[in-house]
Amino acid sequence: MNNLLLKSVGILAFTATAAVAQAPGDDSFEKVARGRYLATLGDCSACHTAAGGAPFAGGVVLQTPFGDLVGANITPDPDTGIGRYTEEEFQRVMSEGIGKGGYHLYGGMPFTAYTKVSKSDNSAIYAYLRSVEPVRNKVETNQLPFPFNIRASLIGWNFLNFSKGEFEKNPDRSAEWNRGAYIVEGLGHCGTCHTPKTSLGGDENDRFLEGATLQNWHAPNITADRHRGIGSWSTDEIVQYLKTGTNRFDTASGPMAEEVENSSQHWNDADLNAVAVYLKESRTSATEVPDALDADDTRIVAGKNIYADRCSACHTPDGNGIPRLFPKLSSAPLVNSDDPTSLIRVVLAGSRAGGTKASPTGPAMPSFAWNLSDDDVANVLTYIRNRWGNSAVPVAASEVKELREQLQE
Amino acid sequence: MAKRLPPTDAVIIGLGWAGAIIANELTDEGLQVVALERGPWRDTAADFNIATAPDELRYSQRQDLMLRTAQNTITMRNNPGQKALPMRNWGSFHPGNGTGGAGNHWAGITFRFQPEEFRLKSHLTERYGSTTIPEQLTLQDWGTDWTEMEPFYDAFDKVAGTSGKAGNLENKIQDGGNPYEGPRSSEYPTRPLRQPYGPTLFAQAARDMGYKPFPVPSALISEPYTNSLGVTMGPCTFCGFCTNYGCANYSKASAITTIIPVLVRKSNFTCRTNSEVLRILMDASGKRATGVVFVDSSGEEWEQPADIVIVTAFTFENVRLMLLSGVGEPYDPITNTGTTGRNYAYQTANGVQLFFDDKNFNPFIGAGAVGMGIDDFNNDNFDHSGLGFIGGGSIRVTPIGAAPIGNRPTPPGTPTWGSEWKKQTVKNYLSTMSIGCEASSYSMRNNYLSLDPTYCDRLGRPLLRVTFDFPENDLKMAQYCTDKVGEIAKAMNPRQYVKNPSKGHWNGGPYQSSHVVGGFVMGADPKTSSVNKYLQSWDVSNVFVVGASAFPQNPGYNPTATVGALAFKAADAIRTLYVKNPGPLVQA
Repeated sequence: MNNLLLKSVGILAFTATAAVAQAPGDDSFEKVARGRYLATLGDCSACHTAAGGAPFAGGVVLQTPFGDLVGANITPDPDTGIGRYTEEEFQRVMSEGIGKGGYHLYGGMPFTAYTKVSKSDNSAIYAYLRSVEPVRNKVETNQLPFPFNIRASLIGWNFLNFSKGEFEKNPDRSAEWNRGAYIVEGLGHCGTCHTPKTSLGGDENDRFLEGATLQNWHAPNITADRHRGIGSWSTDEIVQYLKTGTNRFDTASGPMAEEVENSSQHWNDADLNAVAVYLKESRTSATEVPDALDADDTRIVAGKNIYADRCSACHTPDGNGIPRLFPKLSSAPLVNSDDPTSLIRVVLAGSRAGGTKASPTGPAMPSFAWNLSDDDVANVLTYIRNRWGNSAVPVAASEVKELREQLQE
Repeated sequence: MAKRLPPTDAVIIGLGWAGAIIANELTDEGLQVVALERGPWRDTAADFNIATAPDELRYSQRQDLMLRTAQNTITMRNNPGQKALPMRNWGSFHPGNGTGGAGNHWAGITFRFQPEEFRLKSHLTERYGSTTIPEQLTLQDWGTDWTEMEPFYDAFDKVAGTSGKAGNLENKIQDGGNPYEGPRSSEYPTRPLRQPYGPTLFAQAARDMGYKPFPVPSALISEPYTNSLGVTMGPCTFCGFCTNYGCANYSKASAITTIIPVLVRKSNFTCRTNSEVLRILMDASGKRATGVVFVDSSGEEWEQPADIVIVTAFTFENVRLMLLSGVGEPYDPITNTGTTGRNYAYQTANGVQLFFDDKNFNPFIGAGAVGMGIDDFNNDNFDHSGLGFIGGGSIRVTPIGAAPIGNRPTPPGTPTWGSEWKKQTVKNYLSTMSIGCEASSYSMRNNYLSLDPTYCDRLGRPLLRVTFDFPENDLKMAQYCTDKVGEIAKAMNPRQYVKNPSKGHWNGGPYQSSHVVGGFVMGADPKTSSVNKYLQSWDVSNVFVVGASAFPQNPGYNPTATVGALAFKAADAIRTLYVKNPGPLVQA
């Protein structure tokens, strides 16, 4: 009986899909395969595939300072997914942030970046999404409190934060650089996590990729800045990080671990290289480098002892870490970030690195919340941030206390 | 009635070292593999947290990583005339449990057996004549040889990242390594660990006496290493919480630090934990296994049909499953017929403790397998003519880390409690060391494994009964080798040294060694062995039984590298021979 019911639902869904079928040739093998690669490149599943859920059936919660947004069902289910979207309507979502029927999407769907995606790429992504299994799963994407839940407010938001337009090549740069720019600024939507946000949640475009904090993780500066950014990484090392989740400097954790596992480990080498070239040869943040604290500063003295006892076995006494296993703390962008959120977080809550086909180890950092006080955490992080070539503002115990409370929620 | 699951190409029983190696090889071949593990899922990130792993009470005293005896245990007796009694707390040995198995809490000593071992009976007969082997012993050849084994030892070393110094590279003896080892095709993957003070003093004394000290080969690695499967390990920090503990630093090779991270990313691999196999199912002919029945943590029984059944549990459970499933004929010591349960052997543990006044060993600095050893009195490395025994032991100093509850070295005659005991602890803790001698254990007719007629597990299945006592040969060997250790101890000039050779009957109470071997041994003759040189059952050709259960006797070495090599050997046979042409790989 149940079986029969399931079958009927399946047939219904199929019929509905067929009713809005596209022009012949749009679902060619090559186009669908290209669309699948592009969907991976854009990491659609990060927001649209819930852990353990059906692919692209939605349900991933994105916590913003304004409230929760939830990734939509983008399978071809006609009622709960995008089964009734035409290609033009899909194109409009990507390039303008406007959904079927004319409503405005929130910036959680990074159309401010996707607007740069070419029409032909959107067409391929659309063809691929039409080919996946339709899943009936109703998602209420807008879970924001009043007044942010009023979509009309987005008209004004768009005016301030959004400039529409496909990516335009810079003729003075190499094809490789341009491909990298297309990915980073467009489909790859790197700025969604890595670019500082205005009070309205829009990108501070003049500080592109200089680092931002979201969901209690700080996504570090990934400009070519040699202090806070990844200026000291070679292009090969950037490629290695994106492909395997680890290199001699760092190991991806938190949301970046998910990105590597779901997205960049599957990018082709040309795209990985293009992104690395673009990051190396574009902007560098020009903020001042603070002086490191003195060795006899009381916080440094206390932190040094904690580091020796609790951290040095893995991260090594000189902060060099173990390549591909325990992150290097000396000259690390995350360690030198002005915002220590991620550092505090991993000490308090621990963290598990992503595992990839190329680097399957997946090592973990344990939680020290149960046996390091707020002062201890602040002191050891202040020590780490001011030794071995690092220099960054001290961490205050109050910052640790605040994050500890937030993490317990 | 067990519920039937979808069939799979291969089912693997036990996901420790051997199970993980074979699962990885067979999934690489494209087979669908289901692993059944009676214990819980364990991995470094979740279970061996650096902030909680060094807990002596939990892991060493309360044996948190060992099989719970309420789930399964053994019964024991010294000879067939006695009634066996169950072991209610693990004493003599420490069977593992959960993914990674005993490989999580092992010490990490990674010796290869020597070429002579694989043809021990032939070798001894050729060297000394047939009368030198004491009549009580039932020594056997393994049905394989060094040439066949070496590539698989090499494969194991490259997965484990074994640290050490080659003593014999392609038949060229190397300075600083063990000159008695079989010719290696390549150097150890990582350099030897740095040596603490005790091993350094021992090596100096041994060298002065003309012996040939070398760094003990170790699965605790000395430098960052990415293994042959792409998994990365970090260098050992000598934290001293090693034997009986899981490693929190990704430094001790085990299935969970070297193989399982790769396995879990494969779509043709499934592992079911807390799933204990009850028996192997046979078709009507009794010549072919059709799968296994297992019970989950809810008490539900499931049938897992499979084309190939691979048994990679601990020695005890390998043999017990064969007895419970009727694979092979049970061994009978009276008639000397049958093979299942035959040639059970152990390890003969000896040592000498040295008390100094003027030394500080900082004994809390340690690791399960860091140290210096000599092989001058191991196996047949010395002339046994006229000695009245055969065999020998690996003599070595390996400070495992003197944790505070279990390590209270006091000289003989000290009270075991009170102020004098405390005073002696303070006096001796830093200045005491010991030299161990892990020696051979040779099989004999009355040492065997069988099903217990009285005691059952919680499911009503008979427990495995261990009938074992030390052969006269081994006790003589133990005395001789311990005396040799005593000579080295004396040369080190301590205030006092105390010799502790194995003597008397086997006693299951005090911990001695987890190196229990045999019971389902490999060989060339189905009358005296259970599996052929590919670890394939002579009787049921789609059953492979892999582990130390295949050793016909035990040399003076730790077994794990050989278990690993045999797992690679069996996997290679399945990949290159069996899947192309299922059936017996060796004609009996």
